[in-house]
Amino acid sequence: MTPEIGVFALALALGLALVQSILPMIGAARNNALWMGSAKATAIGQTVFIGLSFAALMRSFVVSDFTVRNVAENSHSLKPMLFKIAGTWGSHEGSLLLWVLILAAFGGGVAVFGRNIPDALKARTLAAQAWISVGFLSFLLLTSNPFERLYPPPIDGNDLNPLLQDVGLAMHPPLLYVGYVGFSIVFSFAVAALIEGRVDAAWARWVRPWTLAAWISLTAGIALGSWWAYYELGWGGWWFWDPVENVSFMPWLLGTALLHSAIVTEKRGAFKSWTILLAILTFSLSLLGTFIVRSGLLTSVHAFAVDPERGVYILALLGLSIGGSLTLYAWRAPEMESGGVFAPVSREAGLLINNLLLGVATATVLFGTLYPLFLEAITGDKISVGPPFFNASFVPIMLPLVFVMGFGPFLSWKRADLRGVLQRLWGLLLLSFAAAAIVWYLTTGGPLLAVLSLAMAFWLFLATLREWAGRIRLLEAPFAESVRRANGLPRASYGMTVAHLGLAIAMFGFIGSSAWKSEQVVFVSPGNEIGIAGFDVRFDGVERRQGPNYLADVGTLVVTRDGKPVTTLFPERRFYPVAESNTTESAIRSTLAGDLYASLAEPAADDAKPGAWTLRILYEPLVNFIWLGSAMLVLGGGLSLSDRRLRIGAPRRSTAAPANATPAE
Amino acid sequence: MTMRSLAAYLFVLLLAFPAFAVEPDEILEDPVLEARARDLSKQLRCVVCQNQDIDSSNAGVARDLRILVRERLVAGDTDEQVLDFVVARYGDYVLFRPPWKPTTYALWIAPFLVLAIGATAAGAVLLRARSKSGPFGLSVQEEAEFADLKKHLEQER
Amino acid sequence: MKRLLVALPLLIVIVIGGFLLWGLNPERDPNAIPSVLISQPAPEFDLPPLEGIGVPGLARSDLTETGEPVVVNVFASWCVPCRAEHAELTRMVRDDGVRLMGINYKDKPKDALRWLNNLGNPYERIGTDLDGRAGIEWGISGVPETFIVDGSGTVLYRYVGPVVGDEAVEKLSTALAQVRANAGAGS
Repeated sequence: MTPEIGVFALALALGLALVQSILPMIGAARNNALWMGSAKATAIGQTVFIGLSFAALMRSFVVSDFTVRNVAENSHSLKPMLFKIAGTWGSHEGSLLLWVLILAAFGGGVAVFGRNIPDALKARTLAAQAWISVGFLSFLLLTSNPFERLYPPPIDGNDLNPLLQDVGLAMHPPLLYVGYVGFSIVFSFAVAALIEGRVDAAWARWVRPWTLAAWISLTAGIALGSWWAYYELGWGGWWFWDPVENVSFMPWLLGTALLHSAIVTEKRGAFKSWTILLAILTFSLSLLGTFIVRSGLLTSVHAFAVDPERGVYILALLGLSIGGSLTLYAWRAPEMESGGVFAPVSREAGLLINNLLLGVATATVLFGTLYPLFLEAITGDKISVGPPFFNASFVPIMLPLVFVMGFGPFLSWKRADLRGVLQRLWGLLLLSFAAAAIVWYLTTGGPLLAVLSLAMAFWLFLATLREWAGRIRLLEAPFAESVRRANGLPRASYGMTVAHLGLAIAMFGFIGSSAWKSEQVVFVSPGNEIGIAGFDVRFDGVERRQGPNYLADVGTLVVTRDGKPVTTLFPERRFYPVAESNTTESAIRSTLAGDLYASLAEPAADDAKPGAWTLRILYEPLVNFIWLGSAMLVLGGGLSLSDRRLRIGAPRRSTAAPANATPAE
Repeated sequence: MTMRSLAAYLFVLLLAFPAFAVEPDEILEDPVLEARARDLSKQLRCVVCQNQDIDSSNAGVARDLRILVRERLVAGDTDEQVLDFVVARYGDYVLFRPPWKPTTYALWIAPFLVLAIGATAAGAVLLRARSKSGPFGLSVQEEAEFADLKKHLEQER
Repeated sequence: MKRLLVALPLLIVIVIGGFLLWGLNPERDPNAIPSVLISQPAPEFDLPPLEGIGVPGLARSDLTETGEPVVVNVFASWCVPCRAEHAELTRMVRDDGVRLMGINYKDKPKDALRWLNNLGNPYERIGTDLDGRAGIEWGISGVPETFIVDGSGTVLYRYVGPVVGDEAVEKLSTALAQVRANAGAGS
């Protein structure tokens, strides 16, 4: 019975979405308060019904109801409860249901919390959001019903891909989707603004918290996914420039650009039509991601089961939403007056360069990801565009960005004193290069690009701290005065400081773990010792254990350093009989200085070395700085979001956009 | 070929040669050559996998290619010669770094081109903004200070 | 000028959309890799025969002067789809007068011999490729794979995967018929 309730709830939600997509829009045109107000009820109703449907699917997974095809194909009665629940979003159908749930929830959020948003803008925004809802709900119901019944039901399920049975990955899709799909509401705000023909500082301020919320979540989602790849795949890498990774990274890049350009619109009333364009394009890239992951267009490690017919449907949805919004943009944008004059050296100009470089980086990733398809269509040739291309093109674009990031916050709005800023900072810049050169000398090696990147990471770190110190007049004023100032700084300003520091710290991790990584791949028999990065690792053999739905071969590695015990690692190799596949569970000894990473492969082939096992040991210096830095990005976003001035729907239009003297954010 | 039969086919391949990325018995004695081999293996795409390099792939063909790469290096080939050898048999598809040739000019030039266009546009925006602001534009901070000063003066009066 | 500029994103999106639509074409297999051998001379290789089967080994020189198109099939006893394909190939040899050459890829000779003795041997020549090196020369990505080589040793067609089912058989037969027709017209 539950699955039928689920389908019924979805159908009801579709009905509500249809109403919501039309009524408020007409209401806003005719200034009919009742019709505009209907959006609130329908948006909340939609969220509730889709939530109900999602709960119904989750229940089917929890009780292992194998009469539902989706459950039978992606679950198993012996699976641990956490992964039964995570199975809800483990398949194409289930994850799409989660997708529309988040879509509706963001609409519901605006309906509930956006009390101060003018009625007309809110009505149009929610209507635009409902257009997307209608498209994806009908897609779900027509082509990908998650509740489809199976008769006769199998005795047990097929199990979820064992690689995906992992806590990190169970949480990865929800976070990623909140990010991805969260940008939909920003898109809807932009469409509404285009219809109204009005974008001002107040608009930017209303949109800001939603953009931030989506960005925070996307950051966390990407970081979690990369962390999962790091410890689960057993290769020790954390980013592979796979098409599916790229399509989640592009909305992040452009979303970051949007966050910054929206600040200019909010503070100075400039970059209006650019901000609108970014809002549209960011969500468009999210949609492109959804399309690529589900259509099987490109070869990827992570793609869902492939069905070209679904691909055509999603592509049609993409065409309607992206094409429609950009047509609207082409029509309305020229009428938007550009406001806010500024000098070539100013905060505005700095953020312009930020947007330029982030935009170019996004375009590069997009072009590199799709180029094999372009070429195949034109000449029939098949080529691969992989990590070497992206590293060679992306990194050189990022380095100048990081350089500008260092001194951008020192520039004041409208017109800045470049000479004064440079006078204060050239010492730090020299110091950064010196530090990088020393590290290079000590580690004797690593590519030149790594040294440059290292210098930029030091620079960003130091300059960001210097900016904060300058703001609280640390060492310039009495200490008590500095403390008072530090307490008085707005949260949004701390948000910037923490996030920028986070990026610098993550950069140390990127550089350390790629330029100074060491690795050993060896056959080991019990008693063998391997030396790596100053550690001695002794292999004590392998033992077989029984897990809930798998068999595990667990190796024992005793790690010592200069004869003193450090730790014992237990890398596992698991076999999942139902899915007939193996996974490696690496064992990692984590410290801030670096990870000692061990993974166990199968026994050596008979003709190679009987009785031995293949063991892979890596030392990844500074790799934890990546996750620490990502956490700081998330924290910085959170601080910014919690700023009292940015509380969801805080300002009214009449009082908006004071020419604020504090150089915040 | 339907997806299902393809999957079955790949499955057979995987079962036939259980192996795990780089195997210890493949590794060369000479650490310099081995480092070059690892580096080259990371640039070569496994032809039966889903977007993986041969270094981390456990497919049989990937293992054969890893051994082949090492043999060529031991025989004294340069990195370029090794890559050319593999490309001659499998095509440009196996190169993760696309070669520089007429069909890929667009790919390699695009980032620079986009940057140039973007920079031009940004430059135009900056110039126009300056022409509007005029030579005497005050910064926001200066405006605030000026307002403060004015208020101060008025109070004193 | 400004009108044009604001329409630019739309134009770019339309172009990309066109490519994406093309990519969804059901005929297209994203995983297929075109062979670099097509229209090239067969690669250099020289394989010993499979002991005990009674047919000679296979080398490049055996393909250059056949005077008529031949089919080269890469197979192995451990490859399950090869078993299904075997019946189809045997039928083609018997009914259509196809000349079939085999490359026994990374197989234990003992297993291959037993496999062929059970199922019958449709191959005119069989080269045993123990280390898979000839397979790499042919640029194969797995087994089975099937090539058509013309009378002078030029590779003209490649089929990846088992030749099983109407669609696959149709493709291979059509290609072979075409090669034969061209050869007839040429001589």
